[in-house]
Amino acid sequence: MNVGVGLPTTVPGATGELLIEWARRADDRPFSSVGVLDRVVYDSYEPFAALAAAAAVTSRVRLATMIAIGPLRATALLAKQAASVHGLSGGRLTLGLAVGARLDDFDAAGVAHKGRGKKLGEQLAYIRGDVDGDKVGPSREGIEILVGGLSGPAYSRMARYADGYAHNGGPPRAFANAAGRALAAWSDLGRPGKPKLWGQGYFAFADPGRGEAYLKDYYAFTGPFAEKIAAGNLTSARAVKDYVRGYEEAGCDELVLFPTVGDIDELDRLQEALA
Amino acid sequence: MNVAIVGAGPAGLYLAILLKKLDRGVDVSVLERNAPDATFGFGVVFSEETLGALRDADPETHLEITDTFARWDRIDIRFQGRELRSSGHAFSAIARKRLLEILQERCRELDVALEFGVEVDELPDADLVVGADGANSLVRRFGEFGTKVRPEGSKYVWFGTDHVFDAFTFAFRETEHGLFNVHAYPYDERMSTFIVECPEAVWRAAGLDEMDEQESLAFCEQLFANELRGRELFSNRSLWLDFPKITNATWHSGNIVILGDAAHTAHFSIGSGTKLAMEDSISLAAALARRRWELEAAFVDYELEREPFVERTQDAASESAAYFGRIASYSHVEPIQFAFNLITRAGRITHATLGVRDPQFTRALDGWLGGRAVSPPPAFSSFELRGVRFEHRFELVESTVAVSAEGRVSAEDVPAPEGKLLLRLSHAGRRGATQARNRGVDLPLADGWPVVAPTKRPYAPFGQIPSEPDEAAVLEAFVSAAASARAEVLELDMAHGYLLGSYLSPLTNDEDDRLLFPLRVLEAVRARWEGPLSVRLSITDWHPRGNKVEDGIAIARAMHEAGADLIHVEAGQTIHDDRPQYRRGFLTALSDRVRNEARVPTLVGGYLTTLDEANTIVGAGRADLVLLDLPEPEIERPLQSSNSLLLGEVRA
Repeated sequence: MNVGVGLPTTVPGATGELLIEWARRADDRPFSSVGVLDRVVYDSYEPFAALAAAAAVTSRVRLATMIAIGPLRATALLAKQAASVHGLSGGRLTLGLAVGARLDDFDAAGVAHKGRGKKLGEQLAYIRGDVDGDKVGPSREGIEILVGGLSGPAYSRMARYADGYAHNGGPPRAFANAAGRALAAWSDLGRPGKPKLWGQGYFAFADPGRGEAYLKDYYAFTGPFAEKIAAGNLTSARAVKDYVRGYEEAGCDELVLFPTVGDIDELDRLQEALA
Repeated sequence: MNVAIVGAGPAGLYLAILLKKLDRGVDVSVLERNAPDATFGFGVVFSEETLGALRDADPETHLEITDTFARWDRIDIRFQGRELRSSGHAFSAIARKRLLEILQERCRELDVALEFGVEVDELPDADLVVGADGANSLVRRFGEFGTKVRPEGSKYVWFGTDHVFDAFTFAFRETEHGLFNVHAYPYDERMSTFIVECPEAVWRAAGLDEMDEQESLAFCEQLFANELRGRELFSNRSLWLDFPKITNATWHSGNIVILGDAAHTAHFSIGSGTKLAMEDSISLAAALARRRWELEAAFVDYELEREPFVERTQDAASESAAYFGRIASYSHVEPIQFAFNLITRAGRITHATLGVRDPQFTRALDGWLGGRAVSPPPAFSSFELRGVRFEHRFELVESTVAVSAEGRVSAEDVPAPEGKLLLRLSHAGRRGATQARNRGVDLPLADGWPVVAPTKRPYAPFGQIPSEPDEAAVLEAFVSAAASARAEVLELDMAHGYLLGSYLSPLTNDEDDRLLFPLRVLEAVRARWEGPLSVRLSITDWHPRGNKVEDGIAIARAMHEAGADLIHVEAGQTIHDDRPQYRRGFLTALSDRVRNEARVPTLVGGYLTTLDEANTIVGAGRADLVLLDLPEPEIERPLQSSNSLLLGEVRA
């Protein structure tokens, strides 16, 4: 299993300078990817813009959206943004897509929330299927596509159009359960081989209280579930190690750990915890 | 800190005890609307595992509880005039009334304030309020829990009897109105719980909807006179009920926390309600101790710890409830297979785990299937289909060929696999002319050949608009492919929205007689192919306007009558945006229904990754043949010299 690290693009107050330095250092350390989240109505950075910046200061790590909310964007534009990051990074984009969970993001983007699943299906068919006759470049060849979500249609879209599955985080047994469903869908759609399985988690070493407050705020839209997500924040080396081991046993291929505190030294602490 | 617990059932009383043990300085009161000696139901069941938890949490009550326990280790299944016995299932039960007495007594010892005959009309004034007031919880109205209640399973009524059973007993009785069944178990040296169950239609046909309590008791007593050995049934407000499956989005709201049936119910047929409730109390008390009475943190701990157990138990309970709802369809099954299907109904016991508990039983089952006293497990038993003998049940390998160039999915050739060949004849219909599957599925080719389907709607985004099929040519293509086929089993692909499948669903065919053309193809191929013929069907479209399971079973029956020897059970993919329910073995329950309701041999896959699943499926008669997805065993790897275990290799 590979371990990647998230950029703090959704941690309020993170400066552009911090994000770029974060990406640069991640590339210098033994992380295999940098990941970003996607949200409109929040003090956060646009995921493709952030990955484009990261592309410029990295040469090795994969650049992953974990996930980007596809239906918020017009299909051809989404394909173009993705292809641009892919081109700028020399072919390092992992494009995780899902339908999104927040009404306010759709309202703010002026996009209908209803029909978002259907739209995501079309977007995946468009991006993967080369249906535009190569008129919307640069080339999308080699973009690794992941689909996230826990519904039946999400697994089916993943198996139909993607290379793998992006899980939304939680204890290893929750990941294992979702991975089982993803594998079943993959087999049902008759895809050869196995889907790539990506997992994620949150961490904060220096100031867990701040990390917890951020997670409760970020996930306030989920109601009481926010507390459970906050309770899952990994705040010690022990917790990180257990989490990594649990995910590895559950068959995860790539685990991306997201910071909940925008402190550049958190990267060093994460690296130590993993050592 | 003061705590108000609403509801003096096992969960509420046990929590009161544990909180007092945790901190004698905490004020704990239990508020109960009924009198101290009022109780509903008769006995409650515990497993060995639960007993261990109770012993650790409070040895004093554990001792008293186990003192009065009825214990047994057998499940007896009485079916078609036979009794099958399976042992190794350690259970205990206690009179609910006695359990409450023990817990009340212990509460008094620990200075818990017990208040009976109290209605809770408003939120009690306390630092912590606990809703332990059961399925119809009133406490839930004081917070936001996102409660959902839906009935599950059949009609049931809960009696007691003074016939003391010596095992957990399932009895089945056929009547002119339909099948009734009983769940009975002893709970002390004098009494047993006796639950009678039947589907609602049977209940109405028997006139039970119009009987009063006494009449229905007399009816059940007479119906099960054999099981009761002339003893009586006792009523305790024993009315016929629908079981409410209760779920809550969260188990806490402000300073209120709910547990037991108020938070979640599990169908009585797996006997886990009281066990779950008391384990909730243990978990909540431990979380409050760990978090030093910081309520929100403790509530989150409690939910995180309990949710997975509760979810699994509720899933198993729902499987069990659904099983008992359709038992009438198993009336033709051989008793040993019937019993094994019953024991494995909830997915918690498999052929392998039963083999550990009760090797005699699995040996008998294997022997019955294998035809010899000592036989290999079910998946290795032989099977015969229209003159073709299978040495074991997972011998088939699939290969698909298109019956015509038009009917290809993609332009790639498929290599023929090794093994006993199931050759699937397929016409892709509107799913044709797509790119190779390694990129994705249903991605149209830029310059693909024209596709055909009964309606002019494309299958997936950017797909071609299909034109009308030339049915005579399609029929001829299937027949000539069949005539030249070299395989052990020939299969017609009528699933997953391919051409013949798209005829069968109202989602993809606007005609009324949707079976007409597929049946013509089947009959024509049947006339040309003498060996085993399989039909692959999507038993459900997984869509509200599509074929339901009942429709799929009716189609399977029609195919069988028209000459199909085997139904290959699949689901969904009739349209691209269906609502599938994926998990390991997601087709097994469908296959069980097709096989037992349409009475036709079935083949099933559905991501089966272990031989144990195959043994359980074949042993229980849920399918005759299986397709396995066995992963390569990962028991060996090269020794690494570096210590790069955690971070893995860097990807370029």
